[in-house]
Amino acid sequence: MNKVVAGADEAVKDIPSGATLMLGGFGLCGIPEKCIAALVKKGINNLTCISNNAGVDDFGIGLMLQGRQVKKMIASYVGENAEFERQMLSGELEVELVPQGTLATRCMATGYGMPAVFLLAGIGTEVAEGKEVRNFNGKDYLMEYAFDSDFAIVKAWKGDTQGNLIFKGTARNFSPLMAMAGKITIAEVEHLVPIGELDPNEIHVPGIYVHRIFEGKDYEKRIEQRTVKKKQ
Amino acid sequence: MPLNKEQIARRIAQELQDGFYVNLGIGIPTLVANYIPEGVDVVLQSENGLLGMGPFPYEGDEDADLINAGKQTITTIPGSAFFDSAMSFGMIRAGKVHLTVLGAMEVADNGDIANWKIPGKMVKGMGGAMDLVAAAKNIIVAMQHTNPKGESKLLPKCSLPLTGVGCVKKVVSDLGVFDITPDGFRCIEYAPGVTIDEIKAKTAGRLTIADDVKEMVV
Repeated sequence: MNKVVAGADEAVKDIPSGATLMLGGFGLCGIPEKCIAALVKKGINNLTCISNNAGVDDFGIGLMLQGRQVKKMIASYVGENAEFERQMLSGELEVELVPQGTLATRCMATGYGMPAVFLLAGIGTEVAEGKEVRNFNGKDYLMEYAFDSDFAIVKAWKGDTQGNLIFKGTARNFSPLMAMAGKITIAEVEHLVPIGELDPNEIHVPGIYVHRIFEGKDYEKRIEQRTVKKKQ
Repeated sequence: MPLNKEQIARRIAQELQDGFYVNLGIGIPTLVANYIPEGVDVVLQSENGLLGMGPFPYEGDEDADLINAGKQTITTIPGSAFFDSAMSFGMIRAGKVHLTVLGAMEVADNGDIANWKIPGKMVKGMGGAMDLVAAAKNIIVAMQHTNPKGESKLLPKCSLPLTGVGCVKKVVSDLGVFDITPDGFRCIEYAPGVTIDEIKAKTAGRLTIADDVKEMVV
């Protein structure tokens, strides 16, 4: 079983306009930058993107927004992006804001084969509008649906040719959940190794969830807020 | 004198207890980490997937794969653990995080909080705030008592879209410390040099003054 593809262009070649995509990452941390570049090059549009954030103007999903490729964005926080704001205010871009934990748990539900989950977040707020409420042990919960995602695209630190994945640091964030949730899951990794090289105890996402994998070269891994202490 | 941001953070740090797992929001709450009392061992949770958040890295040591929920570069400490976003909010939802500190645009005297949206202005999203306020066992709000126009932000009812309902337990403002009670805000401490009359004048919501109200130590 070999899931290795040549690179980002091949990995995304059958993603059509109008598809629903999950994209891993938190801010710019852990985003699948090689696949995003390939999607920009490919020029497909009318995409629905599920991702915690929408990148910045010149990196991440922001690059897809510049090319008007995104029809709808489902996210928890979308600041830091002037073009996003312009498209949202002009009505070109549809935006669904979802509480961050709800977003993560809806991704998780998809990967675990659960149609819906009951969550407290948003009770009594405008997020609850139109949603079914159920009471458990005296408390109200919102019914939140799993996502239906055609493709999930994530970036991992290490992966093997069978698609087993290991993430690094806080670049893990949404990526394992989304990797488990795609009908087709594409993983780009910094280090692609032969099977047997990764310790089975340390796998975050087993390869059963991953359909295509490739090693990306020269990751930019841009830092959004560089905060440092001066050396004494 | 009303408190400055550092003093608000310093006062909130007095609420930390040994063994607490704590989530600190962006802004004044982040500063609380600088004033953890001697001998009090707390573990900071960052909702993007880290327990045991350390200080900012030294120049040159920053790692793009290691950030906090404010997207700032940070470090780990001995005992740190990484996890995915579902587990992160799972531990929050399951009540494992003892204390959440966050900022607010408005707090109502029943504990409602609004901090994510101003109608007519660009809406950036709620991030993890709705999940945190819905689930955390103990929520302390760090905020300015009034807006730049001098109008109270401690209200009978929030005018802005809500983030959560009846969830705030305590407010530390630049004027004092207030518990949320069935009778509304109860002032338990006032900032040095701030009078009870000033607090009364600047609090629009229901307000009582604790019998043993005292000057804040900061």
